[in-house]
Amino acid sequence: MLKSTSALKTLLDHKQLNITLQRLAHQLVENHLHFKDTVIIGIQPRGVWLSDRIAEIVKDITGQSQLHYGKLDITFYRDDVHQSSEIHIPKQTDISFSIENRNVILIDDVLHTGRTIRSAMDALIDFGRPKNVELMVLIDRRFSRELPIQPDYVGRTVDTIITQKVKVYWQEKDQKDEVVLID
Amino acid sequence: MSLSVKHLLGIKELQAEDIHTIFRTAENFKQVLQRPIKRVPALRDTTIANVFFENSTRTRLSFELAEKRLSADVVNFSASGSSVSKGETLIDTVNNILAMKVDMVVMRHSASGAPWFLANHIDASIINAGDGINEHPTQALLDAFSMREKLGDLKGKRITIIGDIMHSRVALSNIYCLTKLGAEITLAGPPTLIPKYIEDLGVRVEYNVKKALEWCDVANVLRIQLERQHKPLFSTLREYALYYGINKDMLDSLQKDIIIMHPGPINRGVELNSDVADSKQSIILDQVENGVAIRMAVIYLLSGKRELEQD
Repeated sequence: MLKSTSALKTLLDHKQLNITLQRLAHQLVENHLHFKDTVIIGIQPRGVWLSDRIAEIVKDITGQSQLHYGKLDITFYRDDVHQSSEIHIPKQTDISFSIENRNVILIDDVLHTGRTIRSAMDALIDFGRPKNVELMVLIDRRFSRELPIQPDYVGRTVDTIITQKVKVYWQEKDQKDEVVLID
Repeated sequence: MSLSVKHLLGIKELQAEDIHTIFRTAENFKQVLQRPIKRVPALRDTTIANVFFENSTRTRLSFELAEKRLSADVVNFSASGSSVSKGETLIDTVNNILAMKVDMVVMRHSASGAPWFLANHIDASIINAGDGINEHPTQALLDAFSMREKLGDLKGKRITIIGDIMHSRVALSNIYCLTKLGAEITLAGPPTLIPKYIEDLGVRVEYNVKKALEWCDVANVLRIQLERQHKPLFSTLREYALYYGINKDMLDSLQKDIIIMHPGPINRGVELNSDVADSKQSIILDQVENGVAIRMAVIYLLSGKRELEQD
């Protein structure tokens, strides 16, 4: 039997994705207003595409040109550093402000097992002691958690099984805005 | 992505791609070292043994710090006061250490080739911290990394290495590393200290230090290795300093501000005068700082090469 191409289901098309981003950004502003003591941190490598967009929209909404926005690489905090024979090469961590006693918004594109977020929180604590941490994700793969971690802001909740994969495409990188589910 | 080698024995076996991977990773670790909490938990499941059969303070300290910053467990072994004096062989010494579930070995030995010999007899990953007068790969990597920080891409840049080339593992590793990165190299020093036929490695030779300084962008100055010379190769340290040492007047007379480097420890007043070693053009302390980041990168990148525990 010929192997058929992977089944593809579009979770969010261009228009829906952008509406979702607007809604997420507005929810952030609703809770944090002026972002005086709030910082946004995108998780490398894929959360950064989302956090870049969210940060821009937040700046639009609040009319502020300055925002505490940083990027965090969690490679050295992973719990599976030596599980495969390949070693992970980290990307840039760029947090040029203090997180001490501030509200931190962690942003990642897809929440799956929760291990990346666990690593991100450990990495964050090494930078200081935040007042609180909230999590924003574009897609929440609801029932596949391996750790007790839940998001505060969700783009879309999806029920998936372990063999499926969620892929997020961004205009800046892939010339389109789209989220698909691959079987 | 990982390194093309299982051990870091010498720069000779490395690909240029490996060197760039090490640099990129070192940049990340350099950032970690600027934070209030200067460590990452990445290697908390790893035990590393520093096995030094030859004296070292600087290199050993640097490796030990690098290992601790990666949250690895560290054991130190030095030959003096150990059973090596009772005649224990190299392989036995290391196998005894490995039997205690040590995952990686950082070794310095006075015999050139010792790490290669060891690599053929043990499973763990080995990092060469200096073998005889052969190679000192992490020094060359941190040297090139430091040069790159100041000059950008090293392709076409001019580096002069000055001093006791013949007995210097730093020189040889530097030559391999910089040629792989596309730099041009001139060796300078007394003829008795520069090996014959060294031009075959693709380097130039110059016996006049002033001329070498006028040509170069960076001067990497080596220590006179008195402990490795078994016969007199120049008359006195004073004469060496007169003809081959670098002083401030010489530096100031050059057309441009060159960068001064030295792997340490410096013989002040011999190969470098204090006013040069402490000048704004000297990046000697940057080299030390970068050394920890580079060693963290090398250890981290090689750590994935371990055989995984069988279930």
